[in-house]
Amino acid sequence: MTSATHVVTENFPPVAGRRSTFDVEKVRRDFPILHQKVNGKPLVYLDNAATSQKPESVLRTLDKYYREYNSNIHRGVHYLSERATQAYEQARQAAQHFINAGDPSEVIFVRGTTEAINLVAQTWGRRHVGAGDEIIISTMEHHSGIVPWQILCQEKGAKLRVIPINDQGELLLEEYEKLLGPRTKFVSVVHVSNVLGTINPVREIIELAHRRGVPVLLDGAQAAPHVKVDVRALDCDFYAFSSHKLYGPTGVGVLYGKAKLLEAMPPYQGGGDMISSVTFEKTVYNKVPHKFEAGTPNIAGVIGLGAAIQYLNQFDWEQVEAHEREVLAYASERISSVPGVRLIGTAREKTAVVSFVIEGIHPHDVGTILDQEGIAIRTGHHCAQPLMQRFGIPATARASLGFYSTRADVDALVAGLHKVLEVFQ
Amino acid sequence: MADLRELYQEIILEHCKQPRNYRALPAANHKAEGYNPLCGDHYTVYLNVEGDTIRDVSFEGSGCAISKASASMMTQALKGKSCAEADAIFERFHKLVTGQAESNGTQALGKLAAFSGVSEFPVRVKCATLAWHTLQAALKDQQEPVSTE
Repeated sequence: MTSATHVVTENFPPVAGRRSTFDVEKVRRDFPILHQKVNGKPLVYLDNAATSQKPESVLRTLDKYYREYNSNIHRGVHYLSERATQAYEQARQAAQHFINAGDPSEVIFVRGTTEAINLVAQTWGRRHVGAGDEIIISTMEHHSGIVPWQILCQEKGAKLRVIPINDQGELLLEEYEKLLGPRTKFVSVVHVSNVLGTINPVREIIELAHRRGVPVLLDGAQAAPHVKVDVRALDCDFYAFSSHKLYGPTGVGVLYGKAKLLEAMPPYQGGGDMISSVTFEKTVYNKVPHKFEAGTPNIAGVIGLGAAIQYLNQFDWEQVEAHEREVLAYASERISSVPGVRLIGTAREKTAVVSFVIEGIHPHDVGTILDQEGIAIRTGHHCAQPLMQRFGIPATARASLGFYSTRADVDALVAGLHKVLEVFQ
Repeated sequence: MADLRELYQEIILEHCKQPRNYRALPAANHKAEGYNPLCGDHYTVYLNVEGDTIRDVSFEGSGCAISKASASMMTQALKGKSCAEADAIFERFHKLVTGQAESNGTQALGKLAAFSGVSEFPVRVKCATLAWHTLQAALKDQQEPVSTE
């Protein structure tokens, strides 16, 4: 019913072939929102770790869906429903190929990374974790990688164990190895830290866990937009990411799970679409992935995510990574040369994020002054309070890059930081 | 920059750098905690109230320039005032930072009038009022930390 054998290609707007070279100015023209003034200054958008902007093709796809074929999926006998179903399932295939999953049924659409982690905690976790068992997470988890496991631990009488980090913001693998023990039931870590930008050594983390038969979930919310993700090469058991950080719409994300694990897991929510038959005595659940997609999903959002992935597919990933690395290196150097600035997170393997504090000036004041200059950054604890405690700071200012970010954005930010110093001198 | 100078007036920056009454109060008979977790602004306000008079008031903690200067100037403004006077000053201050001030009300605020620029930055109202809400909570001996987020 759901395999998209008759792919309707016009659901996603056509993109003009593969781009042979990476031209950032051309990329920027694909993002209408970037070309505006804020507080009388050209917008400098450096809050991509919070959410990224959307290319024209995604906007057009959403518009087209609602104008031309809006309808419910997976039960249509009519034209619109068939077309919407095809586009929805086509997006699943796009997501599958994007992370190199073996089968589209291993891609579950959820509301975002947060829901993906909750889903695993509440299904796999509730079935397999018991009193005295341990779940390993890391110091640099986002709250969405802490709280779902805490809830599970409280319910089951299990324990959270936390991998420590060094002052550069790198996980201590030796300490992780020591934490792995006979009571370890699960490991859940961020692929890339949303505060530090650290790219974690996830292959090693997974390999060490697998030697003891322990499955691993990677929170890929910050990784998917910046690092080539290959779930089969990583051999991770679960991988979660969000559409809205990947240049797609809000309200949609992906949980990848190995087919064997997904099939053995109980359902997450009950409702329509996740069943094959219902009587008052007994319900037979649908096959994966539908078993985990109860109710009418965010159809437009999923199709929009498909369009975002299709948009990204025209780029050579190595060129995207090279561009982002170059801008990150420039940003790290320029920002750290501003008097009084200290970078938080200086791992050797880093991507897309520069968190910093300025001596004697609170990040919130930095953010307000930059906003007056048309520069959007994030300030606060970034949903990672335990990490802030690790560094002994209440908050940071965070500039985060997208693949449309440029050296000019960094220059504007640095000029803005000098304004901050001027106000506070 | 004009707007920014309205917000970050000299006196505000000066109080941020050198906050007044910035200490614990051993003789305090009331205290409360104010915490805005999203910003990370975190203060404790101490009071020594005799009868109906605020004999002494101090604070400790950390946060942005607006929240810290507001706390510092609040302690100066309220020392020696009655609880009813303190309430009235807070009411005027609140009107000022939310852009509802009448001109005679602003004059009565004295130095605190420097916070008028906050009304142009609605997201910063929570910073400017945190210490004040914390003080009110202290007067009521509220145990739970106060938040203005």
